[in-house]
Parts: sequence; C-alpha cells; structure tokens
Amino acid sequence: MADTSHLPAAFNSWFESRGWAPRTHQMELFAKVSAGNSALLIAPTGGGKTLAGFLPSLVDLSLRNVGDTSKSNKQATSGSGRLHTLYMSPLKALASDIHRNLEVPIEEMGLSIKLETRSGDTPSHKKQRQKRIPPDILLTTPEQISLLLSDANCERLFADLQFVILDELHELVTSKRGDLLALALTRLRKLAPNLRCIGLSATIAHPDDLRAYLVAQPLSQKVELAALVQAKGGAKPHITILETQERLPWSGHSCIYALPEIYEEIKAHQTTLVFVNTRSQAERLFQELWRINDETLPIAIHHGSLDVSQRRKVEAHMAAGKLKAVVCTSSLDLGIDWGDIDLVINVGAPKGASRLAQRIGRANHRMNEASKAILVPSNRFEVLECQVALEASEAGQQDTPPLRDGGLDVLAQHIMCVACAAPFAPDQLYEEVISSQTYRYLEYELFLKTVEFVATGGYTLKTYEKYAKLRPTKDGRLRLSHPQFAQQYRLNSGTILDAATLKVRQVKPRGANSRRPLGFGGKMLGEIEEWFIEQLVVGDTFIFAGQTLRFEGLKESEAYVSRSSSSDPKIPTYQGGKFPLSTYLADGVRSLISDPHTWSDLPGQVHEWLTMQRNKSQLPEYDRLLVETFPRNEKHYLVCYPFEGRLVHQTLGMLLTRRLERAGLHPLGFVATEYSLALWGLRDMGLAIQRGTLRLDELFEEDMLGDDLEAWLAESSLMKRTFRNCAMISGLVERRHPGKEKTGRQITINTDLIYNVLHEHEPDHLLLQATWTDAATGLLDISRLGHFLTRIDKRITHSALSQVSPLSVPVLLEIGKEPIFGSASDALLADAADDLILEAQL
Amino acid sequence: MKPNSSLHHKVEPRYRQPIPVCHDLSLARELVGLHDSGALWWPDEKTLVVSDLHLEKAASIAKRKGLMLPPYDSAVTLEKLASLIDSFNPRRVICLGDSFHDIESSRNMPAAYLAMLTTMQLGREWIWITGNHDPEIAEHVWGERYDELSINSLSFRHEPKEGAERGEICGHLHPAAKVRRIGRTIRRACFATDGKRLVLPAFGALTGGLNVMDKAFSEVFDARRFSVYMLGNGRLFPFTAAKLLNE
Repeated sequence: MADTSHLPAAFNSWFESRGWAPRTHQMELFAKVSAGNSALLIAPTGGGKTLAGFLPSLVDLSLRNVGDTSKSNKQATSGSGRLHTLYMSPLKALASDIHRNLEVPIEEMGLSIKLETRSGDTPSHKKQRQKRIPPDILLTTPEQISLLLSDANCERLFADLQFVILDELHELVTSKRGDLLALALTRLRKLAPNLRCIGLSATIAHPDDLRAYLVAQPLSQKVELAALVQAKGGAKPHITILETQERLPWSGHSCIYALPEIYEEIKAHQTTLVFVNTRSQAERLFQELWRINDETLPIAIHHGSLDVSQRRKVEAHMAAGKLKAVVCTSSLDLGIDWGDIDLVINVGAPKGASRLAQRIGRANHRMNEASKAILVPSNRFEVLECQVALEASEAGQQDTPPLRDGGLDVLAQHIMCVACAAPFAPDQLYEEVISSQTYRYLEYELFLKTVEFVATGGYTLKTYEKYAKLRPTKDGRLRLSHPQFAQQYRLNSGTILDAATLKVRQVKPRGANSRRPLGFGGKMLGEIEEWFIEQLVVGDTFIFAGQTLRFEGLKESEAYVSRSSSSDPKIPTYQGGKFPLSTYLADGVRSLISDPHTWSDLPGQVHEWLTMQRNKSQLPEYDRLLVETFPRNEKHYLVCYPFEGRLVHQTLGMLLTRRLERAGLHPLGFVATEYSLALWGLRDMGLAIQRGTLRLDELFEEDMLGDDLEAWLAESSLMKRTFRNCAMISGLVERRHPGKEKTGRQITINTDLIYNVLHEHEPDHLLLQATWTDAATGLLDISRLGHFLTRIDKRITHSALSQVSPLSVPVLLEIGKEPIFGSASDALLADAADDLILEAQL
Repeated sequence: MKPNSSLHHKVEPRYRQPIPVCHDLSLARELVGLHDSGALWWPDEKTLVVSDLHLEKAASIAKRKGLMLPPYDSAVTLEKLASLIDSFNPRRVICLGDSFHDIESSRNMPAAYLAMLTTMQLGREWIWITGNHDPEIAEHVWGERYDELSINSLSFRHEPKEGAERGEICGHLHPAAKVRRIGRTIRRACFATDGKRLVLPAFGALTGGLNVMDKAFSEVFDARRFSVYMLGNGRLFPFTAAKLLNE
C-alpha cells in the first residue's frame, strides 16, 4: 500500500469513493516531482501511467486554486487564465481521450481546473483565444508547441508553466518529431525556469537516454538525468507459438493458413485483440475472418487510417464488452479503457522483442494477472523469429533503438521558429540548443552554417545575400527581414510529412459514362496516404475499412469511393507500420539456425526444413555468411542470408549487382526478404567463384560503401525521397497541401530536380549532409549494412549446389510477386513501350 | 539505340556527349527529330529548337518568396544547351519562349552566365520567341526577337494558338506523362503531338511538368487522340494517350 498522506484530502476521498488506492509508483512519482525534480516513469500498460503523470499537476493546481477562493465563482470555474501544464502525446486522438478521462476526476473532486485540447483541427478563433486566455492544462502535440513558440507573445504565455507531461515518450523520441520536441523543450525551459518534465514510457532498453532527454544538459561532459520511477512489472506473460495442424507456408505474410485456428481461439476466449504489422494486413485478415465467421461473432477492425468516429465506435463497444475480437495495428493505444481482454494474438513476425512485449501488455488489464498471448508466424522464417522473440520476452530483454542525434533540417525549422518570435543572438541560441541531449554534440560551426542556410540558403555562390531572410540588427542579433516569412513558417512547419493523407468518403456509384458530378456528403470512412491514392485510376478497387471499395475520383482533399462487389480487389499496400527486423532478434535467429541443439522447441515442419538444409547444402553459421549458388530454369542464382532486414538487403542487392555487372557476370535482377537476398543472371556465378575469377571476399568487401554507394545513391529514388523530406522540413521548399493546390497550370517545384542541381554543383551542401545522415539511419539503413559487412569480412562460406536449397525457397517464391527492386525506371518504360509496339503489330 | 534489357541501373554522367540520333517525326511534310534531351532538331534547316528554359528561375523565387533554391539552375540549363550545340552544330537556334523566368531575369543575369550564352551564340542565327514570362528581353542580350515565326511549312510560337494549324511547334505547357508498369508509376517530361501540332517539353533545369491528361491540354489536342514521347536516357518512349494515367 502506498503512502498517501501527502495527497490533499479531496484526492484521497476521491480514490476512496472509487474503491481505488493510489499505486506505489504513482505516489513515488508524485513525491519526486513535488520535490522539484523532472522524472521519468516507466510502467507497463494498464499501470495507471497517465493518472500518475497528471497527479503532481492536479494537486499543485488544486492547492493553488484554494488560495484563490476570494475570486468570483465565475472566474474559478473558468480556470486561472494562466497556462500551468502542457500534455503532449504522439497521437492527437490520444489527447482527446485523455481529455475525457481527466474531466471525470476533475469534476468529481470539484476542482476548478480548465482543460482544453489544441491540434491542427482546432478552429482558428479558439486557437486565438487560447493564446490570450489559456486553459490551466493544454493537451496538444509537439507541432502545436512549436507554433506557439513562434508567436511574439510566447514569453508571456509560457511564463507560468510548471509541468510538461510527455506521454509515450519512447515513441516520440525515435523520430524527427522527437528532435523538434527536444528543441521546443530547450525554449520552454528558458521561458519557464520552474519547469519540470514528466516523461511516461513503456519498458525500454536504455532508460538513461530518456532521463537525459527530459532535463537540460550542462556544457561539461557530465550527463544530467531526470529522476527515475519504475513500476513493478506484473506477472510474467504466458506466450505460446500457434501449433498449427496445417502446412506452414514457405513465404508470404497473410497467415491465411491459420485462419480456422485463429477463429477457434477467438471463440474460446472472452475478448481477443488480433495484432498485425500493417494496415493492409489488418484489412485482409478482417475480411478473411468474416468469410468464415459462421457464428457471426462480433469482430471489428481498428487502425490509424480509419475515421475517428468509426474508431470511437469500436472502442465504445469494446469497453462495453460487446466485441469478441478486434483486428488492429499498433495504432490502437492506451489511455483507453479496454474492458476485459484475455487474449492477444500477434499475427506475423513480432519484429522486435520490446514491440512484442508492449503489444502483449494490452491484455494485461489487471497488472497482477498473467496476460496470455499466441504468436502466429506467417511463414517458416517467421517461426524462427517468433521463437527468439518468445525467449527474449521470457528473459525480459529489450531492444528499443538508442536515442537519435538531432537532424539539421529540424534545427533549421527551429531557428526559423525562434526568429519568428523575436530577434535572437546566435551564440545564446546555440547554448540553448546544445542543452538538449539530442543536440548536445552539435558543433558551433555547423550551427552557424544552419543559421546561414536559413538566412540565404547557405550556398558557396553568395547570390542571395540581398534576399536574406535573417538580417543582423545593430546589437549583433538576427531578426526576420519581412513578416511574410513568419506567415510562411507557420504554414509549413511540422515534421511528419509521410502522413500526407486524403480523406476517404463513400458516395453512390456512378455509371460508366455518366457525366454527372460526384455526389456530396457521403459517409467519411477514414484517411489514406496520398501516394496510394495517386496510384489509382477511376474504377480501381481496394479494401479499406473492412469493405471492398471502388475509386470514383478525387475532389479537393477527399477521395470519393463507392461500395464494390469486385472479387479481386487491389489491397491497399500502404506502408503504415512496416518495421524492420530488430538487430537483437536477427542475432537470435542466426544463433538459433546455426545450432541444431536449440531446435527442440521448433515445430516439426520447421525442424524438418532446417535438417533438409543441413543435408542438401549447409546451415548458415552464426558468425559467417552463407552464399549458395545454383542453376535453375537456364538462369544462375546466388542466394545469401544476412538476416539484416529487407531495407539493408535491398541496398546490398543494388551494390552487389553493380559489382557483378563490372565483373562481367551480367546480373539480371534481385529480390530481397527480411532474411535473405537472391540475385540472378545468365552467367554461372558459382563456376566463377570456384575458378577464382569471382572472389566472394572482394564481392562483399566493405569498400562497396564508398564509390559504389555514392554513385548509386546519386540516382536512387530513395535518396530523392529522403531529400524531399529534408527540403520541406528545413523550409527550402513549401509543403504541398494535398488538395489545396491551385488547379490548372500550377506547377509545384519538383524536389528531384533541385536534388539533381544541388548534387551536381554543391555536393557538400548542408541539406545533402542532412539527407545523407537520414538515409544512413533511415530508409537505407547504411550504418547497419556497414556493421554487417564488417561482421562477415573474410568469413564467407560458399556452397555450390546443383539445385535449389531448402532455405532459399522462401526468397525465390518472392520473385515475380513484387516489383523487382532496382529495375531502373528506364527499363520498365522500355518494357511498356515495347508491349505497345507488339500490340500494334498484332 | 537498343533498350537496356538489364534490370541493373546504370549510372552515367549526367551530361554525357549527346548522341545526335533522334526519333524521327513527320510534321506538315517536314522531317524533324525529337531528341532525348527535350530539344527538337530540324536537319533540313540545321535548326535546333528548345523551349521554356526559365533561366534564373531560382533567383526569381528567392527574391519573390524567400525560398532559397540552389542558385545553379541557369548554369545547368546553359551547360546542357551548350553541349547540344556542340554536337549538332546548328546554323540556327530557336528558343520557344519563357527563356527567362521573368523580365528582370534577363536584365540581372550574372555576367558569367551571359558570357556562356554569348559564346554559344557565336557563328549562328539566334531567335528568341517571346513568352508570357519574358514578353521583354533585356537589350544587351543578343539575338532576334519574334512573337511568332514561320519557316517553310513550320510555325514557331510560345503558346499553342486556337484552331488546329498544321505544323505548329510550341511550348508553354511543360508536357509530362505518367504510365504504370508492374505496380510502379513513372512520370517523365515528354513531347506531345497529334500529327499536326507538336508541344515541346520544358528544357530548363528547375521546370516542372504538367500532366498531358490535364484539362489544359484538352484545348490543344482532341481528347485522347494524340501521342507522347517520354524522355529517357538515350532514347524516347512512345505511348498513345489511351495508355496514360491522370495525375
């Protein structure tokens, strides 16, 4: 039982009236924060994390308002008019849930605390009012805080700020939003010296990273840490891998084979959460489950693209215990009372040990009961991955990524933000910036270059001095040269660019040749990424919100669809939540495969498969790379097993193709999976290796990350996409507001063209540096590829075979299923054009 | 040139020596060649035609909007043009309008770029067709100015004129086309023609494209009764309008 004597009477009696008692970690956090510290709370799901985070703030506010009793009643109910607490979460939906959940205790305890949310959707008159008369507690997002900081009155607005509560901090810090937030915190600390930060996080591998993130860092090498409160973990979860009676698929991700077994589990339990990795898998699985749902069990779907009202409906039914199962992605989040979930089914590969633990935690409604989870691997390799994840979970291992270094593009945006509020002195701003853990190693030179970039573009050719956005004042500070740039900043700030989405609205279908305009006012189904919609032509079908839809056309920022009865829909392929295999799990899988003594827990079919591999070829050894070569259908194949995730394999495939081409072996293409990579060509690569004309040590030599990588990247579309993000975040180009473009001949400036020009003429430019850093850690994951090449340097085993090996079957089955990565668009165009020529001759 | 059948992506220097081989097209009884750079070569008249150079576009945007795009676009465009002139050695060059991004661009163009331009102009006839971006070109820029110009059975102007006219060659619209192949869409600048009229792609380094399926093109070509030649590396890719995607 926790010591609650420090809580005001109103709080204690409220807890009692509910039949609750504050938990130990809630009181511990309260004590540490009340003593004036920033703190990090690590607690599993269902641990009352959010309430714990708000407790110090609510208590402080209640005490403060007691002293204000002399004021009129009206004023009391409308808050103090001073901003006291900020709450930030990665999801704006979460903010509105918290709002609802907090209102109840505030009302029941009779506290006069005003609570409001603010997001991109908040009407502008309300935003204006919030700036003049802020609520006591504002629930918002990092982007909104930056916008408020760019206001000339921000000093007054934040002067009285006491607490910042950062929910799901482990999620926030892994992206550029985390960088933006880190910079905003440095500003807030300056404006509100009493500020205390409270971070709330799931279990992670390196808690000290987050503890350092929450407080200002000194100029010395010393690392300051926020206080740490760790909730006691609940009972160990009970995890199993589905023991299927069916044949385990070689490849694919659909898990259709296990449908009847999943259905039986749903029937046998009270309420089941079925987790999948992508939204498209969610749609697919949901459809398939309903196909066999003979008992019409109430099964629902929930993912981040669905309309809020749809999601709310599912959540309400769930809380009321009306649902038997929900198929969902990781978007389904906490802070929501989920009723009695007694089973979590994870469909597909877990991808990371911590990720799995967080998902399983969803079933852990009462902390001291063991949660129950079943893993359903969708193919044979995933069985291995599930096995490793299961062992990691039992051992309590974590594999969350370390804290990232702050991006220069985000820094550029922040500099602009600061300049919009007031003139600034560069050296003072520099000290402020490096007080964040994320930017503490930023060099002064680089900072000045970033300022220069904001002012004039930072080019060697100094042609834009006369148009500079920042100009020096007499006292050596920098000020905005024209108010229009502040306006421009506010329209274009933010960091999440991949989320450019279009609303999906259901309308009545149109006849094939109807010229009738599209109808208005249909039901809103949700949002889909813009690039997915761009791929569609009118008449295309796809699965969304659990139904097959026909694309009817685009109108402003909305995609119009109608119901379709098509039996062969194009499934949305949007990437939402596609995670690479964590290094930790990859390591485990390599270790598991290499040692037959550890196979005893594996299903018979997988055991058999690996044994066959051992007999027909050989097993990949833990610290070596296995390369197999064999002929098939008049082509020659080279398959290797790095286990480093699809992204790394794609980059590797691209670089190996270049080298094979140079060796005169005429590679034709390659395809990559999470675990392996297959290349093929017309020449016998196995023979070349045996004769010594192709040396594997040289082929996989680390220097491929030099010129070859450089040359390929210059043309790579991934690099261009990364550049596009950096260009928009840094303010080099204006952000596209989907659907808001002027019609007709409005031509947006194409960032690919800018990239080409810049790469040609100033390859060392700041923005190309930022792009490179992003690519190295993000889309291309070059640093991981580098580690891999070092690991296997001169440790390559060649197995020359006369036919396909058992282990290579999964990757070979992928050929033809998806576009062959690396096929240059010129080659595709040539194919398309040649098809046309053939047609013409027929 | 044989299409590259390998799926391997070859990186070539961006301004490799252009091969003076073109896709032949017959227009109003004249034989013209479409080049993969986006230029038009008229062998009988030894005339090279380019459209929409938009020189000094980046500088103009920096000035008007404070977006500091790389100030190297004029250099890239001029280098590309110079290398074409090197290999074709034309007797006459026609720039089809919007050669300068705005009126001040020709006035304020840095001396180095002006020198590049003047060097190219030596020993050949140089014609500026005026466009909506450059109704006036600063006097110190050498070359003849025309609103439109007819040579033999071809006529050159910036914007396509209403009513189909045989042998009209124009720019202005920045045509681009989009096709889908194995689940990927590819968008490229292109030539667009219905056999009577030819629209050139924009030649400038920072010039975007407008999809030929956009309604702006419906006044230029009868719906779906035209073809495009998408720009590739060393070749062009022909498609009929029926094969193209909307934006």
